[in-house]
Amino acid sequence: MSEEPRIGVFICHCGVNIGGVVNVPEVTEYAKTLPHVTYAEHSLYTCSEAGLTAIKKAIKEYNLNRVVVASCTPRTHEPLFRATCKEAGLNAYLFEMANIREHCSWVHPHEPEKATEKTKDIVRMAIAKAAMLEPQTEPEVEVKDASLVIGAGVAGMTAALSMANQGFKVYLIEKEKEPGGIARRLHKLYPTLADSSEVVDPLTNAVKSHKNIELMTLTTLKDVSGYVGNFNAVLTGSSGDKEINVGTIIVACGAVNYRPPQGLCQYKVYDRVITQEELEGVLYGGTLGKPERIVMIQCVGARKGEIRPSELEAFPKSDSAELLRKILKARKEEGWPYCSKICCMNAIKNAVLVKERSPKTDVVVLFGDLRVYKEYEDFYRKARDLEVRFVRRIEEAAPEITQTPEGKLQVMAYDALSGLEVKFLSDWVVLSTPLRPRKGEVMLARMLKIPIGTDGFLMEAHLKLRPVDTNVDGVFIAGTVSGPKDVPESIISGEAAAAKASILMGNRKVRTEAITAVVDEDLCIGCGLCEEICPYGAPKIENGKSKVREILCRGCGSCAAECPRRAITTRHFGDQQILAQAKALLIPESLKEVGV
Amino acid sequence: MVKDVFEEEKKTEKEFEPLIVAYCCNWCSYAGADLAGTSRFEYPTNIRIIRIMCTGRVDPTFVLETLRMGADGVLIAGCHPGDCHYQKGNFIMEKRFDYIKKAVNSIGIEPERVRLEWISASEGGKFATLVREMTNKIRQLGPSPFRLIHNPK
Repeated sequence: MSEEPRIGVFICHCGVNIGGVVNVPEVTEYAKTLPHVTYAEHSLYTCSEAGLTAIKKAIKEYNLNRVVVASCTPRTHEPLFRATCKEAGLNAYLFEMANIREHCSWVHPHEPEKATEKTKDIVRMAIAKAAMLEPQTEPEVEVKDASLVIGAGVAGMTAALSMANQGFKVYLIEKEKEPGGIARRLHKLYPTLADSSEVVDPLTNAVKSHKNIELMTLTTLKDVSGYVGNFNAVLTGSSGDKEINVGTIIVACGAVNYRPPQGLCQYKVYDRVITQEELEGVLYGGTLGKPERIVMIQCVGARKGEIRPSELEAFPKSDSAELLRKILKARKEEGWPYCSKICCMNAIKNAVLVKERSPKTDVVVLFGDLRVYKEYEDFYRKARDLEVRFVRRIEEAAPEITQTPEGKLQVMAYDALSGLEVKFLSDWVVLSTPLRPRKGEVMLARMLKIPIGTDGFLMEAHLKLRPVDTNVDGVFIAGTVSGPKDVPESIISGEAAAAKASILMGNRKVRTEAITAVVDEDLCIGCGLCEEICPYGAPKIENGKSKVREILCRGCGSCAAECPRRAITTRHFGDQQILAQAKALLIPESLKEVGV
Repeated sequence: MVKDVFEEEKKTEKEFEPLIVAYCCNWCSYAGADLAGTSRFEYPTNIRIIRIMCTGRVDPTFVLETLRMGADGVLIAGCHPGDCHYQKGNFIMEKRFDYIKKAVNSIGIEPERVRLEWISASEGGKFATLVREMTNKIRQLGPSPFRLIHNPK
């Protein structure tokens, strides 16, 4: 682009959030003195209707060809300002944001002068980047109106039905013989105590009979290639391999109920130490009998993190040494740091079911923290009314389970309020274990190129803002594959993922982010390092030159940094665009030389 | 109390104010720095953040060039191993970092001026602590020799 940069700078007070610390008028005056800046102004809220209108007006009036907004983080507000530029006829990629709130005024509230100087630096850096920006076009691709849903649990079936009802073809695959997932193995659901089959059966029947759904059981995904709108998946099942072409993929392959290893809490050492899942089997198999007492232990294999020494201080001295030893032992045991969130309610559900069958049985729930929320609180109260006993134990000290000569189980734990030992003689000991990610998930994630989080579940694109998206366009996640969920939450995520996929398939076309790698063929020597390093297989060596297939490229830029000939760069994050910021910061007078 | 800590620091601080350039990945560390802001964790004003999509984007020459232009320190911050938005960009960076350190050392710059750290989107506190720690360390080391060329005062 030969056009001289004409930059408009808009600095936001964000009420007092920025203006209360940073001298915004001073920064605005400073911005006006900088090279390439045609126009600069400050406003109370740049993201308000008035602020956005002012941007559009200034673009027209001053014939601006670049816009810099100095306000909050681009992670939340960049789309809004980009859209505003677009409305005023400016390419969305000619916009740059300077983060002077999160990275400046909010973290330096007691140093206004220094914060003002820092703001000037940040604005100058953004101007340097803006001067280097080039317009980009987002590549557009066709979307095939068919979807692949992996896993026919509650979430997967819900998603499949939702899309099928909108008229899209759905391939629903399930690795087990029958659809239904974890919910099929449950008997009752909390908090209504409705039969699990009331949810699972209608869904199963609907997916089996729907004309738009092709249900394939005992089938798994063998391989997948392609990109959003045009995935080629190879399915493998009892009748051999089958290749399908779909526009979107929903991963709903669920989680597993954790079974502790032999010996953890004496599991599989004594017959009557069982998990909650096994208790349901006992309850419905009629082998429970009329026990005098049942003790449930929460968080077995879950929430095993650091010990907080401050918690020990409150305990009676005589017990603390012994307790510490036990805590250290517990730390060595197998466990995961996250809360599985459904086990508390599941335990309460089973406690209520036991009480309903055998009112005289004393049910004791040993817990560290009990998580019951929204209407579930009422269900917890119901359990209290039925005289289920909830005893808070010191979580870090694993309960000790021994067998008495009479064949009863003795559970010893520490009461968290008194710090004293408590002992229960019990007929059954029931362990509440967390939902764990499937082992097979790793291969699936690798095939689909979805990252796995530290807890082992598949990672959503954004924890808060994009909970069913993955960072792979056209691939969505539903149900417990991204973390523990109960039935209603699985249904919600199934519906949400289906809605997201349907937007793509309904529009028939999709635009993808323009931040991709570009190869300068004159410089490329065809060494193939880019091909080797790319996690997405975007670059391919053809006729001795690297060619990047834009639609596969996610724009991380690893190939650009690795290229020995510097033949590759990324759009919008080019070498010179990045370095111009550092240069403008460190050698301010260099700003006048910057430009495209 | 926070104010007291700041007053304390002001007293001990010398004339020299280091300038640190941080290359933060969009998905974890930039978001972590955002969270430090949202949570109002205060840290020294010596850091300037440049947003990149992934630490895998950081060409070793970016680091050398930034130092040459006079930065007193360079921080590269990305997602924790296994959390990379692009699967393995941070691993690629980690491999590169060994020879970045060697290269930095060979041009006569203390390798402590360059750091590679993992900061997740939920570690605002860690980001603030890191900036504080790095600023103090570089303050002890004194200005970068290259800084004097560009900015003799």
